[in-house]
Amino acid sequence: MRDVLKLVTVLVLCAWATGAAQVEPPVGDSLPTAPAPPPPAPVTNLQAQDTENDHGHSITLTWDLSADDGAGQRSVVMYEVFRWFPHQMDVVDSLRDAISTAQENVRAFRSDLPRAEHALRELKDDPGKLDRLRFSVARPDDAAFVLTAEYAVRALEDTIAAMTEQGPIIASRIGPMKDQFYRALDQLREVHARFPENGGWRLLGQVGFGINRYENSGSKEKTAPDFYPDYTDLYYRVEAVTADPSVRSEAAQAGPVQSKGQWFHTGKKPVLLFVLIFFVLTVVFVRLAKKGTDLYVRPLSGIEAVDDAIGRATEMGRPILYILGLGTADQVATIASFNVLSRVAKRVAEYQTPIIVPCYEPIVMAVAQEVVKSAYLDAGRPDDYKEESVFYVTYYQFAYVAAVNGIMLREKPATNIYMGKFFAESLLLAETGSLAGSIQIAGTDEIAQIPFFIVACDYTLIGEELYAASAYLGREPILLGSLKAQDWAKAGIIMIALVGMISMIFNWPAFAELFQVVD
Amino acid sequence: MKQQIPRILVFIFGIFLIFQFFVPHESSEWVFEYLLDWNIIIGVFALAVGIWSLFKVHVEKIRTHKVGWQYSYITLGALLSMLIFGFTSRNGDEWGWFFVFWLSAVMVLLMIIQAMAAKGNTLMSVILAGAFAVIAVIIGAADNAWAFHFQTAEPLQATMFRRSFDFVLISIHATMFSLLAFFIASAAYRAFRARNVMATLLLLSALIVMSRFNPYLEPIFGEYLARTSNWLMNVPNLAAQRAIVMGVGLGIVATALKVILGIERGYMGKG
Repeated sequence: MRDVLKLVTVLVLCAWATGAAQVEPPVGDSLPTAPAPPPPAPVTNLQAQDTENDHGHSITLTWDLSADDGAGQRSVVMYEVFRWFPHQMDVVDSLRDAISTAQENVRAFRSDLPRAEHALRELKDDPGKLDRLRFSVARPDDAAFVLTAEYAVRALEDTIAAMTEQGPIIASRIGPMKDQFYRALDQLREVHARFPENGGWRLLGQVGFGINRYENSGSKEKTAPDFYPDYTDLYYRVEAVTADPSVRSEAAQAGPVQSKGQWFHTGKKPVLLFVLIFFVLTVVFVRLAKKGTDLYVRPLSGIEAVDDAIGRATEMGRPILYILGLGTADQVATIASFNVLSRVAKRVAEYQTPIIVPCYEPIVMAVAQEVVKSAYLDAGRPDDYKEESVFYVTYYQFAYVAAVNGIMLREKPATNIYMGKFFAESLLLAETGSLAGSIQIAGTDEIAQIPFFIVACDYTLIGEELYAASAYLGREPILLGSLKAQDWAKAGIIMIALVGMISMIFNWPAFAELFQVVD
Repeated sequence: MKQQIPRILVFIFGIFLIFQFFVPHESSEWVFEYLLDWNIIIGVFALAVGIWSLFKVHVEKIRTHKVGWQYSYITLGALLSMLIFGFTSRNGDEWGWFFVFWLSAVMVLLMIIQAMAAKGNTLMSVILAGAFAVIAVIIGAADNAWAFHFQTAEPLQATMFRRSFDFVLISIHATMFSLLAFFIASAAYRAFRARNVMATLLLLSALIVMSRFNPYLEPIFGEYLARTSNWLMNVPNLAAQRAIVMGVGLGIVATALKVILGIERGYMGKG
């Protein structure tokens, strides 16, 4: 009886507790809801302009910040930039995606079809290979194996049939799709001009508070997903947004604006001016040199050593090794090296000393062959020229080093001349040459490699001396005239640098700004 | 005429490329990119010329039995092997007769080299080259375990090409590169000998810059070393570097102008 009473008491207490918990709070005293914040003030003076000094495909937006950005309500957290896109843009995007997918499918078919056919043949010949062909869902000893193999064969046959049938069909559709795509692109200018019909605003990006500039640029490639049309009316709007994205200012709108490429980069005016002045200086000094004016140029020990080095090689009956470096034929250091090679080869031909020119780059090799051949011709010894003396080695940096080091140790050249672009291989080459007991003359414009050459070589041409080497070797007045122009230009630059330094010390940046180059 | 046409071409394209630098317009970019494409095309053909040159030089080396001539066989064999690996890939998991094909192809090359380098009778080499070529062609046509791929870059990811590249070539390159550490040590020893005042200054500067990264000295002189080495690197070193850079810049412009104006013709073999 007592247990029953206890149970009843517990049940009653539970029922009371449950009921009490389900009682709703009194209605009427609800928490006060915060009033919706007022929208921020819109941006003002929104300007959309073609971006300067570019190839087109870009518009720059600028605006005056919202009154609530950093002041007023201080509620602006960012600005959202929108551009109006006609629905035609969706058509262009869909066609682009379709073409891309079709091209991928055709590529995949071409690559997978031989594999699938091979797998089918293997499977038909020997069903036991199923496991190895990775089509298996059962072990070879499984009772279901035969069925699985049959299924795999069927699946492969279906796949091959689909690839064989669908591949050409898809491939044949790519051409018409492309035509349609380019037609749709051609219509873009027209449909943009119908603003605001058949289109809508798309979010381009967001910039943080305090920023009043946005550059909308895209690709010039018509097939790129971010293609940006030039000479097309574009419309933009900017909204100031609060921390609650639904609370935003009224949109400020700008447009129509068109992007287009410029014909002159105004940020490069100082460079153009310098090139013109240098051009005039070169012409003036070359003319002076032609008239016979005596132009003094300081002697370079490295260049003067070239003749001695060739003489040494002749006396020792050993070859001269000429390394053109790792530069390509379009680099000026390599061109300067060709010029030096021409002079060296001419003297080598006169002395009848063998020359070895291992090349890193095939185009460099082709040019070097011509240079050496012509030099032998000029020296009146065309029969002494051997085509094998200028040869291609490899396009891999350290493989080239290994090959050249091997030549140094086997052939024991009397003189090694390094002229051109050098990188990590400079010390490997120069140290090996030094170990082989060769006289070494180096010249490079790579600042990081100059110390290595200075340490390991007997003579080093530093930086610009490489470019002057040919003129020194030739001693032709016209070439010396251009060297003189270089000296004068250098003197001018030093003067300008000094004036610039003084002007900056006295806090007058206007002079330095005259020479500022915008890329 | 042989000299005039290249000079005219250099002048036209040189002047165009100078102006192209100042014209950001799309049309100018298009011409520039078009010219760069030509550069690539010429490069591809030049590569064939380069490989032919390499082949000739090594055949000559074998013919004249120069020092280390045996290695020329390996060079040319490896060249052909990588070419084969770069154009073939397996269809499934099996190699089939691929290695017999590869060996036959290499043997064809070696027999051709032998025939070119031989001073006497070349008939046997030619017959063997022909026999190996027949074997290679039969296997290439009949074996379905692998296939040639000339239109896709797929073989570049295939097993043989990747393994040869990753486990042979890269290891050899790394070996050559690692030699640099020893050469730097030997060069540094020569450079830092205090023979005169300037060399002693160089030695002291080098000691300060190197000591900066010494973990034992850092707790005691760390700040002093860091400040001194930063000054050395950012003031005298940078000043000298900038002077060289300026000179190099002028040298580049001067050489380019000389070439464009036809004053310097050494690159055409006319010094």
